[in-house]
Amino acid sequence: MASADEPVVNIQQLQKVFRVGFWGRRVTAVDGLSLDVQRGEVFGFLGPNGAGKTTTIKMLMGLIYPSGGTATLLGRPVADPSAKAKVGFLPESPYFYDYLTSQEFLRFYGHLFGLLGSALDKRIDELLDLVGMTHARDLQLRKFSKGMLQRVGIAQALINNPDLVILDEPMSGLDPIGRKEVRDLILRLKETGKTVMFSSHILHDAELLCDRVAMIMKGRLVACGQVSELINHGTTQEVEMVVDRLSPKGIEEVRPLATKMVLHGERVMAVLASQRQVDEALDVLRAHKAKLVSLIPHKASLEDLFIREAKGVQQATEVHA
Amino acid sequence: MKVLSIAVNTFRENLRDKLLYNLLIFALLMIGSSLIFMRLTLGEFHRLILDIGLGSINFFGVLIAIFVGIGLVSKEIEKKTIYTIVSKPVARFQFLLGKYMGLSLTLLINTAIMAAGLLAVLHCQDVPVHAVLFKALGTIVLEFMIITAVALLFSTFSSATLSAIFTLAIYVIGHLTPDLKAFGQKMEGLGRTVLEGMYYILPNLERFNLKGHVTHQLDVPVGDLLMIAAYGMAYTAFLLMLASVIFQRRDFR
Repeated sequence: MASADEPVVNIQQLQKVFRVGFWGRRVTAVDGLSLDVQRGEVFGFLGPNGAGKTTTIKMLMGLIYPSGGTATLLGRPVADPSAKAKVGFLPESPYFYDYLTSQEFLRFYGHLFGLLGSALDKRIDELLDLVGMTHARDLQLRKFSKGMLQRVGIAQALINNPDLVILDEPMSGLDPIGRKEVRDLILRLKETGKTVMFSSHILHDAELLCDRVAMIMKGRLVACGQVSELINHGTTQEVEMVVDRLSPKGIEEVRPLATKMVLHGERVMAVLASQRQVDEALDVLRAHKAKLVSLIPHKASLEDLFIREAKGVQQATEVHA
Repeated sequence: MKVLSIAVNTFRENLRDKLLYNLLIFALLMIGSSLIFMRLTLGEFHRLILDIGLGSINFFGVLIAIFVGIGLVSKEIEKKTIYTIVSKPVARFQFLLGKYMGLSLTLLINTAIMAAGLLAVLHCQDVPVHAVLFKALGTIVLEFMIITAVALLFSTFSSATLSAIFTLAIYVIGHLTPDLKAFGQKMEGLGRTVLEGMYYILPNLERFNLKGHVTHQLDVPVGDLLMIAAYGMAYTAFLLMLASVIFQRRDFR
């Protein structure tokens, strides 16, 4: 069992090389990945499709074997089946035994953790209630919608009351209501002290939920840290200013301060790159008695970081080629 | 406990599979059809009922063992249901053993139902039932155990279609191994070594065929029966271990 300050997930120089095609061509899916997930945090594992997220998660869950490096879950090597005793896992686009009812389904997974009798019955009731599926307890999974399957899939991931929950693309394919429900569920898990690691390429969700994120591209870690730290790193905070009734002389005085300027009738929109330029532009407005309509900072997002990093990786690949 | 849960789940999956019922109904129809065929024969109709009955139980049981057996693991991998099992604190050999036990239980119950059908037909025709019939049914079940293990072994590394072809081939060759040996003895050098090697490596399924004993009412000594059982169980254990070793190394992409 991991001590309180020991990382819940520890990945060191993890590597996976697949052999594909008739000639066994080597394809590196994960390339020297190292990261930690700390106890109690919601950790986003981000990257575009094909970046190596699912491969990494499969290595953590013992579904595929690493070609190199090490990984531990709750202090135990991933190759040890007992490492998963306090881990919950929801695979990407989960497929389940569709001939089972939700109750039978959860009972089966409970048995795999050695849960029995009334304790298991109680846990099944709690979980069906938690994921809002009590009404479908006697319905076979083959009759479920994708959203319902995802919910019952999350319930099976929680059957053993895990300390660590790993969710692979939990929001993919869900409608906005379904996504919100999964987000709320992740936050509820965090409130109960659980560590949640989830992979996603939907950055908005990660931005709303995560304490920290790691971003991988082409199997390599390109960024890791707190969301606010990452999105502000290396970016300037632009401000969009909208003004009415600015005289032509005033417009000429603002123009050198702005990185971009658009005139529409008597309305002027200017993008200012720093606080100093904002202050100087406001001085101009006051001097010319113009009317300030709005002053809105352009908030950088994970998406900006994502695109920036993707461009970086693309350029590096081109230079290398 | 984990193995048992997987076995029960596999058994439940089998019970909810229409293929099983179709094969079972066909088997019962075949056993019942001996009542029609016996009207076309002169005398010896007891033998005909027993021959058709045991033949049907064997044939349909093998079909179930092959066509359900090949899907035991490959279907789990294709449908990705295995992801949620292997990611639990379950060793891979426990998963395999559970799947195997689940189908074995299904086959055992199927054989019991088909045997009940045969006994009903025998009872209707006042055919005396000897102990050797039950011994033959026991060895048929042992043969199913081996065929299921062969299907399981192939399904750990190949697709369902290829597994079916390989298993069917092993079933056919398995019944011809005495001929392989006899053929080998007439050869020299490498050919002899290869055929004799095949005789010892491949399962000798003719050892489990006691139909001749039943139709001619020849008893099988307990010692022989124990030898057959020991051979069947040892061969099954070997196949399951081999399947476990292969399955342990697999990546589930």
